Amino acid sequence: MSILINKNTRLLVQGITGNEGSFHTQQMIAYGTNVVAGVRPGKGGEWVMDGKVPVFDSCRAAVEATGANASIIFVSAQFAPDAMFEAADAGIPFIVCITEGVPVQDMMRVRQYLDQKKVRLLGPNCPGLITPGECKVGIIPGNISIPGNVGVVSRSGTLTYEVVYALKLLGMGVSTCVGIGGDPINGTNFIDCLAMFEADPQTEKVVMIGEIGGTDEEKAAEFIRTKMTKPVVSFIAGQTAPPGKRMGHAGAIVEGGSGLAADKIKALQAAGVKVARHPEEIPSLL
Amino acid sequence: MKLHEYQSKLIFARYGVPIPKGRVAATAGEARQIAEELGGPVVIKSQVLVGGRGKAGGIKLAKTPQEAEELATHILAMEIKGLPVRKVLVDEAANIEKEIYLGITNDRAARRPVMMASAAGGVEIEEVARLTPEKIIKVHIDPLLGLRDYQARDIAVGIDLPREHWKTFNVIAQGLWKAYVDCDATLAEINPLVITSDNRLIAVDGKMLIDDNALFRHPDLAEMRDLDVEAPSEIEARKYGLSFIKLDGNIGCMVNGAGLAMTTMDIIKLFGGEPANFLDIGGGAGAEKVAAAMRIILADPNVKAVLFNIFGGITRCDEVAKGVLTAMEEVKPQVPMVIRLVGTNAEEGRQMLANANMITAETLADAAQKAVTAAKGV
Repeated sequence: MSILINKNTRLLVQGITGNEGSFHTQQMIAYGTNVVAGVRPGKGGEWVMDGKVPVFDSCRAAVEATGANASIIFVSAQFAPDAMFEAADAGIPFIVCITEGVPVQDMMRVRQYLDQKKVRLLGPNCPGLITPGECKVGIIPGNISIPGNVGVVSRSGTLTYEVVYALKLLGMGVSTCVGIGGDPINGTNFIDCLAMFEADPQTEKVVMIGEIGGTDEEKAAEFIRTKMTKPVVSFIAGQTAPPGKRMGHAGAIVEGGSGLAADKIKALQAAGVKVARHPEEIPSLL
Repeated sequence: MKLHEYQSKLIFARYGVPIPKGRVAATAGEARQIAEELGGPVVIKSQVLVGGRGKAGGIKLAKTPQEAEELATHILAMEIKGLPVRKVLVDEAANIEKEIYLGITNDRAARRPVMMASAAGGVEIEEVARLTPEKIIKVHIDPLLGLRDYQARDIAVGIDLPREHWKTFNVIAQGLWKAYVDCDATLAEINPLVITSDNRLIAVDGKMLIDDNALFRHPDLAEMRDLDVEAPSEIEARKYGLSFIKLDGNIGCMVNGAGLAMTTMDIIKLFGGEPANFLDIGGGAGAEKVAAAMRIILADPNVKAVLFNIFGGITRCDEVAKGVLTAMEEVKPQVPMVIRLVGTNAEEGRQMLANANMITAETLADAAQKAVTAAKGV
């Protein structure tokens, strides 16, 4: 078992012919992900990936022809909102948006629309997710994690790689690793993932990697305290970040005294979560 | 990105929000001329992107054009919280009966815009929120529907605005909402919105923050960026698409990924050092970008050691190594450098750097400790 994706995931790639889209589609196929279709308006009818994956002009056509049940978006920030609306309108229930730099007002409109359609979004500005040994949807390197019983959820990309790699070096495996992304308005959040990990029989422990900005970690702490039986270990990045500055991620900013790492750590510790001082401490705390 | 008061107010005015008559001036002579044209008492307001301008003496009332010139001379020579005053706004002075706060911002937790108003205007809204939160009226706006007239009315009622002003207030609230949407603002604020003694509503002060991610569709706003509020190194970094923030420590950091970059700073601090910067070279950075990043880090005279922490995913470690070598040849750094390469093509990268006289590290903790020691020069 795992969460969100598995062997039965039939993936559509929006922006499959672009630089990033084509490179990561190759990587996903090499990992074993079932990529059933690509979309690139104007290139419908072509075949890519050594003639194995058909390209369509629209999501609707791709879904009708291939039964895709998940989509990943690699198009640029300017076109990403439209790609999300299109995937939702084509009836795709799970959308992963890798694109960085989507304007925040666009994301508010997208999120509102997708919620009404009951479509799950992961990202944007995220590395996607991986169920080791089964399926990866996104850009997380395939060789840094092994199958196991630790669920990982994170707002960061490379920091997550550090953590799953540190686990792998000690022979500890991962059920599913989910990167929820670094934007202030995104789709799936910590609580969504924690709830799914709590319900997933394969997952026995959870690692949650947060960072400064917003109050999602505090809300997650409350969820852990009241709803979770499985142990959670955490790390919060940005303890030394100056206030009022965006630390790379659009959502990583301390504003008006809110979003501080210290407050998040305090809330998590009060909920019984072990908080690592640095990411390499995480395996020993598990 | 922050806009100046005069820029924000001009945008609001385009959407039907009444603002005082006035113009911006770069010299005292211009200020005098504007005061003469306006022909009554004027307010001289420094245009700098920090709060507390009034307290710092950057806002003054002038009764005559002569006085306007004198005050403008004085204010244009000021520095407020480290920022030079390059322009003053000369506005007709309003006879203020009452001050209201009206603003729109993104409510991150609610994932919607929120319009906020308070009858206690004129002071920082954060202050009001802290001391008397019950005095703030909040209305969330459906991003697909926009601000509805009834919502603006609810706000007017909530702040006890006399009925005779409701119609104008609706025009102002709708104008502010449209300005916020059209400019991709993350904040659009009128503080104060005043009721004058002759019973008019006027936006006396304005503020806008624009979403940096949306500037690609607002070239006109992008041009308004005030470079005074940014360190020169940050401006230089932006040219290369690098995310860089200058800090006060002495260990330069070059990392791929924002979360890992923050973590690298944290761990340096954990082992007793101080980071000199935040720097995310981004995913898939090539040699040229790495070289630019290194030049920017080493241009800071405080830097006594540099820590490279690269976890190769999309970013290839051999590409990073190539950039490091290029930059070293060019910059000829005199400070010790600690490097940790893990992931995609790490082995190739390490081999390329074998003769580069760099300190290598295996783990994150090891790398941080070596950098801290190196920076102490022992």
